[in-house]
Amino acid sequence: MSLPNTDDHILARFKADTRRAPRGRLKVFFGAVAGVGKTYTMLQEGHVRRAEGVDVVVGYVEPHGRVATESLLDGLEALPTIEVEHRGVALREFDLDAALLRKPELILVDELAHSNAPGTRHPKRWQDVEELLAAGIDVYTTVNVQHVESLNDVVAQITGVIVRETVPDSVIELADEIKLVDTSPEDLLRRLGEGKIYGLAQAERATQNFFRKGNLIALRELALRRIAERVDAEMENYRRDNAITDTWPTTVRMLVGVSSGEEGGRLVRAARRMASGLRASWIVAYVETPSELRRAPAEREQAIQTLRLAESLGAETVTLSGQNVEDELVSYAQTRNITKIVVGKTEAPRWRTALFSSVTERLLRRSGVVDIYVLSGDYGDTEPSASPLLTPTSAPSAYLWAVGQIVLCTAVALALAPYLAEANLIMLYLLGVVAVAIRAGRGPSVLAVIGSVLAFDFFLVPPQFTFAVSDTQYLLTFGVMLLVGLVVSSLTVQLRQQADSARGRERRTAALYTLSRELASIRDIGGLLQASVRQLAETFDSQITILLPIGGGRVQPWGQVADWSDQLPDPRVIYAPDTADQGVAQWVFEHREPAGIGTNTLPAAKALYLPLNAAQQTIGVLGVRPKESRELLDPDRRRLLDAFASQTAVAIERAQLAGQAEQSRVSAETERTRAALLSSVSHDLRTPLTVITGAAGALRDGWQTMDAATRVGLLDTAANEAERLNRLVTNLLEMTKLESGALTVRKEWQPLDEPVGAALTRLQASGQRVMVDIPADLPPVPIDGVLIEQAVFNLLDNALRYSQDPSPVDLRARRTGGAIEVSVLDRGQGIAPGDEGRIFDKFYRGAQTDRDGSGLGLAICRGIIAAHGGKIWAERRDGGGTAVRFVLPL
Amino acid sequence: MRHVIPNQPHVLLIEDELPIRRFLRAALAASYRLSEAETGADGLRLAAQQPPDVIILDLGLPDLDGIEVTRRLREWSVTPIIVLSARGQDLDKVAALDAGADDYLTKPFSMTELQARIRVALRRRAIADAPAAQIQIGALAVDLVGRQVSVAGQEIHLTPIEYGLLSALARHCGRVVTHQQLLREVWGPGYAEETQYLRVYVGQLRRKIEADAARPRYLLTEPGVGYRLASE
Repeated sequence: MSLPNTDDHILARFKADTRRAPRGRLKVFFGAVAGVGKTYTMLQEGHVRRAEGVDVVVGYVEPHGRVATESLLDGLEALPTIEVEHRGVALREFDLDAALLRKPELILVDELAHSNAPGTRHPKRWQDVEELLAAGIDVYTTVNVQHVESLNDVVAQITGVIVRETVPDSVIELADEIKLVDTSPEDLLRRLGEGKIYGLAQAERATQNFFRKGNLIALRELALRRIAERVDAEMENYRRDNAITDTWPTTVRMLVGVSSGEEGGRLVRAARRMASGLRASWIVAYVETPSELRRAPAEREQAIQTLRLAESLGAETVTLSGQNVEDELVSYAQTRNITKIVVGKTEAPRWRTALFSSVTERLLRRSGVVDIYVLSGDYGDTEPSASPLLTPTSAPSAYLWAVGQIVLCTAVALALAPYLAEANLIMLYLLGVVAVAIRAGRGPSVLAVIGSVLAFDFFLVPPQFTFAVSDTQYLLTFGVMLLVGLVVSSLTVQLRQQADSARGRERRTAALYTLSRELASIRDIGGLLQASVRQLAETFDSQITILLPIGGGRVQPWGQVADWSDQLPDPRVIYAPDTADQGVAQWVFEHREPAGIGTNTLPAAKALYLPLNAAQQTIGVLGVRPKESRELLDPDRRRLLDAFASQTAVAIERAQLAGQAEQSRVSAETERTRAALLSSVSHDLRTPLTVITGAAGALRDGWQTMDAATRVGLLDTAANEAERLNRLVTNLLEMTKLESGALTVRKEWQPLDEPVGAALTRLQASGQRVMVDIPADLPPVPIDGVLIEQAVFNLLDNALRYSQDPSPVDLRARRTGGAIEVSVLDRGQGIAPGDEGRIFDKFYRGAQTDRDGSGLGLAICRGIIAAHGGKIWAERRDGGGTAVRFVLPL
Repeated sequence: MRHVIPNQPHVLLIEDELPIRRFLRAALAASYRLSEAETGADGLRLAAQQPPDVIILDLGLPDLDGIEVTRRLREWSVTPIIVLSARGQDLDKVAALDAGADDYLTKPFSMTELQARIRVALRRRAIADAPAAQIQIGALAVDLVGRQVSVAGQEIHLTPIEYGLLSALARHCGRVVTHQQLLREVWGPGYAEETQYLRVYVGQLRRKIEADAARPRYLLTEPGVGYRLASE
């Protein structure tokens, strides 16, 4: 009974798995060579799945005119193909967009390794398949062993045929299922002979080349081993998934040193096989030595290609720079705790190996505990070919400068010749050579060396003014001078290049640091974008654009050129992407993956587009249009660019989150104010209303029984409460007007006496205690008389209420610089320490609660003074009491 | 049945709020003959049918703007108009005064104040035919014929503009006079916006006639509206 249980369990787990992964499942039909029946098997399974009720569509099948295969297409829905015109030939291609639109449950796409025609979205079909999987569509596809990237060169060695169309190993490794389609070589050859695979004439040729029996056996073995490896790995996964206790070997890290040169690819593939055999993580390092820097750009490009290949094979890549390869590799290995270093086998002439030690030998000497593996393949220990030496890289002016140096040295030497020995004159020339080497580079310094020797011979060696030499000893002098000059100039140039390369690296690090520091100090999104655009443009010598979402999942370039121009030092650092490029950016935004120049997606675009991926979402898209596209292919630069992009994305996200936080803080504040207002309204409004209603009711009901004094008392109470209610309502209205911005300040020049006098008139009898001190020569102030009268009234009213009757309240006005300062001073209890700022807050009442106060009077004062561009504050008055002061600008 | 005395002054009350009409009726009925109108149109009709001695006009009426009512009344009538305004209607207040209203009160107001304003308005009506030559307020005496001003018997020397200002206020004694009215009367029609002139001269005048310029007794400021010479 346990068996069905287990099955149920597995079924449940399988269902959970499929639910969890919205991504489609990939099944690969894997074979040794063409003709083993992969497509046939795939179609057969397609029919089976269709019979099970699955929505199956044939996306693309290359029938090669095979009858058995074509017959299987009957009964399956096939998507139409698109025709792409390329160099006058119409090519049939898989229609990715139609497939995404049709969105079947399962799609059959033949030939995973196929290269798409230029102009289609992806250069490779496996990228189309990736997109289908990402869209949640299951895919069946076919692959031959020779198309697997890491086996590519092994196949080439066996068969002598180089296969250009490859699939990265990672794609096949991530397949959910691999089915080996196997036929014995004899069977295959028989079917080939019967013309079932290619036409008969073609079959003849094929048998002589690729389809030799030996090849077929070898390829079959490769395919079987590959499948065996996978089965092995699956078993281990199973053990791990099911928590089978097992000690894992500590991770092995491998460092692979590559140099420029075509052989790097072979080395990387070999290293990949070794790494997967050892289950090691692997790092591919390219060391920029001075000799590497001297190589032709095309050769250095090769190194970049090698690093890109390594990345596609799953390696981590790094570019190191240093004086020699072995030191850099060993020290890097130490920092990364790497136990194995892999380099290629050097093939150098015997005399060279006898004279100079190779990289491998030097590496062995220094490696210590690290294992060194030498794989066949080339490690570029050879000196760079002669061609770059003869290609003038220095500007013509540099050569002129070198000639100038020789002339100068000769002039000085001629002037000093009577006083100095010839050996010392040579020193002068060497000084000139060093100067040229530092300033002008290799070519000019060689010119300077030769020129120096010739000039020395011509002008200074007797007989003068001929190249003839009287004493043969001078020939030795010339030889040594030439040699020393060349060595010195070569060393100097190397040093200079080393320094340049270090400076470049330094500059990039500094740029990243500057960016992050700058971004940290900016809060608004516009500022952030401008800062990062400026930095990006400077660092990458490119034009930049940033596209931000505008809702509905669309992105649009941020800002117009005119909007930027006043903030940027040079508006040319940004560009407007055309419609095609905007499409690329849109794709990037949707897929959160880079596209454009230097990537595998839409490499025909004019710029590189990177998603601005932040922690929670994609903020937008960054477009970089380099002046020289090679610049962006260097993995180091790409990594720096990625770092820039993620810095920018994180900064923008932070700004957005800060904005949201601020918004919620403000709304919380509003909520709090509203609550305070409600409580104030319910208490302060209801109390006087209660009293008035009560008094009126009592008078109406008890008029007959009350004596006159009681009636008058009740009426007074009602009148007072009504007055209080009026004050509160007036204040609330004033406050609302101030806060809603409905308040308009109508400033007129007038003497301060006017509003003060009006306020005193309004205070009536209680105003008698106020002592006014306004100097007669005080100039008129630009104020809104009505508002200032209100402020002065509130301040005086407050001061009078918080101080005892006989003590005076002082109102003083003084001119202070470009402003008028008005003080209202009382001898009351004074404000509690720490309350000085809070008493101007709405609904805030001091410790000595006053039933009459609404807690709005001072808040209104602050609003009025602020509307005049002034400032108001309170302080404890010397000798007791409170001083409230405000200043109004003149 | 109310006892109506025929020679009581006739007050027309134009106000849409019933509670306000009710308490005004209670307070005024003893000393005045009262007519009431709920709308501006009704008010205009009543004023034409039975010309009143004083009109009390609310600025916020349901049909017509109080300012418009004032303007239409002034087309044919010189009856004093006292305007009732809510707080915050400063501009409306000034507009009503400039349109020809004689005085204003801000709600809420006390009955004492209203009674005083009505008395001032009636007095003005009484002297309209024969303007007073001599005005005495407390210690301040203004002789409009002899062009002489004295405080507590002490003659005060005023510049022509200062005198013009004081005499303009004295002619409207007890009533508010807007900045524009004063400027037009004293300086001429071209100066209606030059309020700073007015403020400077009011300051000078106060220093001459008031005991404490910061706490004026006679020349009162009506913030945002104008000035008033106290009537008693």
